[in-house]
Amino acid sequence: MKGDVYLDNAATSWPKPAVVLEAIQEFFANAGGNTGRSGHRRSIASSRVVSLAREQLSDLLGAESPDNLVYTKNATEALNLAIYGLVADGTRVVTTSLEHNSVMRPLRELERRGRCSVEVVRADGNSGEIDLAEWAAALRGEGPRLAVATHASNVTGVLLPAAAMAASASGSGVPFVLDASQSAGHVPFALSKLGATAVAMPGHKGLLGPSGTGLLYLAPDVEVEPLIRGGTGSQSESEYQPDFAPDRYESGTLNAVGIVGLGAAAEYLLTLGIDRVHARLTELGRRFRDAVGGIEGVTTYGPADPADSTGILSLNIEGTPCATVARLLDDEWGVMTRAGLHCSPAAHRSLGTAPDGTLRFSWGNDTSEDDIDVAVEALRAVAYRDRSAEPVRTVA
Amino acid sequence: MKWGGVVSFFASEHAMRAERVFQRAGLPARLVPGPREVSPNCGVAVAFVWEDEPEIERVLRESKIRFEAIHRYELDDDGRARGSSRRRAVLGGGTE
Repeated sequence: MKGDVYLDNAATSWPKPAVVLEAIQEFFANAGGNTGRSGHRRSIASSRVVSLAREQLSDLLGAESPDNLVYTKNATEALNLAIYGLVADGTRVVTTSLEHNSVMRPLRELERRGRCSVEVVRADGNSGEIDLAEWAAALRGEGPRLAVATHASNVTGVLLPAAAMAASASGSGVPFVLDASQSAGHVPFALSKLGATAVAMPGHKGLLGPSGTGLLYLAPDVEVEPLIRGGTGSQSESEYQPDFAPDRYESGTLNAVGIVGLGAAAEYLLTLGIDRVHARLTELGRRFRDAVGGIEGVTTYGPADPADSTGILSLNIEGTPCATVARLLDDEWGVMTRAGLHCSPAAHRSLGTAPDGTLRFSWGNDTSEDDIDVAVEALRAVAYRDRSAEPVRTVA
Repeated sequence: MKWGGVVSFFASEHAMRAERVFQRAGLPARLVPGPREVSPNCGVAVAFVWEDEPEIERVLRESKIRFEAIHRYELDDDGRARGSSRRRAVLGGGTE
């Protein structure tokens, strides 16, 4: 019987904890007004829960204060806010070869406009190693500089040495933007201890909130140019944007219903413990890696020890395009994965898997051993299938 | 409840947080529509019992919540203004 095995948590997590759905339902029943706008009870009820969510997220993620967290619609918006907000004319930006397009596209656009130059330091997508001496050398110099790096590759899940990279940036007086899209909620860390100027996080992946939620952490005393300007419900007599957080960055009606769900998810993770989540992801990763290692023709990418990763395994089956494997897994076994370049062409180039990409499996805390076993069996069946009846691929 | 004072804020986020920390500290507090003569800044203010004023100020500063000012302001039980505002000058925000 076809299963329902969701292994695409690196794109967005599923399922969400029951408390998230309950919080959303309760929001519409008991609140439902616009946050920070009117003085009536439904508006105030909305403002209360949105504010409480900021506190819950601050507690979970170890920010200095809820004031250091800005709500965005996703990590991409958070990264754009940080990058556009920190790049001054003539900035030299240093980044890594494992970046997602949510980092590379804003940087390349700014480069094309002549506002910055971009220097890419190679990081190893398998081991997560980066030459820290090269990283430090790239950051030295005069004039405005900015460092941007991913905490974990979205292709292989491998963790980069974020603390050492941040220390190096800080030592050269360079602001450091960290993309925690794959690590937030999957790897324990305290925002206040990362040494980063800004940290971008989606709310809908490891943090288990609904889609349409994201966060940007800004370190104390860090101010960036807002990405958008408009109504905030405060200083309404002024036609100029407020200069205080969070209103400075949060113009327009907030995704209150999503944020309330995200707050409930934060409370859930606080009780569960992100360290336990990481241990669980590692355990499942070992089971998966050990089993697929025994299948002939399978090449895996990423660190040898899943403890150095965020719950992702990328692989390819020799002789079968990854998109075909993904289709077969879904059609015949109900195993949902993601094939291709994962919006990270640079990472695939450095792994040697461009232009076809890889098949990415990504699990979550609620993934079961059975789910992993079904995926392994499906992969085995695809790898060892009788190909004699299949049309011969013609290479032009 | 005799609400004898209100705290005004720049951002409604801070009014919400202040209400929570007051309640956790056992200080009666409620959000009220911000009286126009008290502050034009954000739509809501937090009403409190005037006798608690020193504690209110201490809790605000300890929790590093940015506020605009603390006002002597008479409100009835529903949070509607009952008397004229007498502004008390604790301006400049709550963050150090």
